[in-house]
Amino acid sequence: MPLGFTISPASDVPIFRQIMHQIQRAVAARSVRVGEQLPAVRTLAEALVINPNTVARAYQELIREGLLESRSGRGVFVAERRQVFSEAEQERRLRHLAEQLCHEAALLGTPWGEVSALLEKTWKQLQRTPAATA
Amino acid sequence: MNTAPVIEIDHLTKFYGTREIVRDLCLTVPAGSIYGFLGRNGMGKTTTIRILLGLEEPTRGRTRVLGEDSTRLNPETRARIGYLPEGHHVYGWMTVRECGKFQASFFPKWNQDVFEAVITHFRLEPKMKAGHLSRGQRAGLCLALTLAPEPELLVLDDPALGLDPVARRSLLQSMLYVTRQPHRTILFSSHLLSDVERVADRIVVLDGGGLRADCTVETFRQRLRHYVLKFRDTPPAAPVLPGLLESFRTDRELLMTLANVTPETEALLAALQPESMEPVEMTLEDAFVSYVGERGEKTFFTHQLNGHK
Repeated sequence: MPLGFTISPASDVPIFRQIMHQIQRAVAARSVRVGEQLPAVRTLAEALVINPNTVARAYQELIREGLLESRSGRGVFVAERRQVFSEAEQERRLRHLAEQLCHEAALLGTPWGEVSALLEKTWKQLQRTPAATA
Repeated sequence: MNTAPVIEIDHLTKFYGTREIVRDLCLTVPAGSIYGFLGRNGMGKTTTIRILLGLEEPTRGRTRVLGEDSTRLNPETRARIGYLPEGHHVYGWMTVRECGKFQASFFPKWNQDVFEAVITHFRLEPKMKAGHLSRGQRAGLCLALTLAPEPELLVLDDPALGLDPVARRSLLQSMLYVTRQPHRTILFSSHLLSDVERVADRIVVLDGGGLRADCTVETFRQRLRHYVLKFRDTPPAAPVLPGLLESFRTDRELLMTLANVTPETEALLAALQPESMEPVEMTLEDAFVSYVGERGEKTFFTHQLNGHK
């Protein structure tokens, strides 16, 4: 599994959430595919030198969000995509990030045209990556 | 899943002369977890550990370890406890191998593979003289001597003190390795909160001799919140709120750190009518510093944080 995890403990983002973000990013960029298995909790915990419960917590949260699924006795896998968030929740999550992006662009003085072009380019890059296979 | 608690501290109080070091401390540690023991220097961590191991008498209250009273631990029970005191003392005239043999003679159980694995992990050679080792190497040797008897309970008193980052990482790896076996318990004191965040299941905070928190790292972080309130004009003085730890005023902002924020507290903050108000996540270190810093209230928070999942 091509997941190069890195964590920084002294951050204001809890370790379990740092792991969640990295898995989410990898799935969005399709560097991991649907049906692919994640490293065992122990293995990842030992590689990162962190408490195994922290890794388990990250996996559990992502299972709850529908991104991962646990197959009994076999491990944790990237799940078939399904929507577990309400439209309101989806909007809330994206709005927060949109605000951040716009603030940053305003600070840098980047015109809207460039911002929207950049968004479009990023979006297309994601679409171009080979479709996920089970 | 848990059997009897591994450590039970029942209303422990300790005086040195007229100085109260530990005040009415109660704490229960179940089997199978890693506990980070936090607190500023002189807040009674080492004293509590020494009383637990029967090295000092309590003034009042009592402590039990592995089901036995600390003041009357029998040798068999003692052999099931691994204790790494502060400072990593070794007999300088022995070689690493000799230290191992010497230590092994005191324990009914001795796993030479574990001893050698830890020694190798810290890049030590059996024929090195203990007196010539660096601080980190000495820590490795002490750790190997403590782990080889395969203790059920491991008590480490500030094990990371004076270690370089590589040795510290090795120490953490060894701790996680120990708890691969179910029902092994570790209590370790530390000032390095990033290490604590990496490995601890729960943290215990001592301050002013008493218990101020006993909860998971996550809960501790969640319960302490930092708010930034922005105002159009000079901000009002910080209101008196339950759980207020710190407040700081600038020209247009009021910064507050609060413990155990409830919807009511947030409503009180909103009543100040700031232009905007947002909670900011804190690092474990920031949270800890606010919590045991000079300012701040001293008498709340433990009740809500006690208890296990």
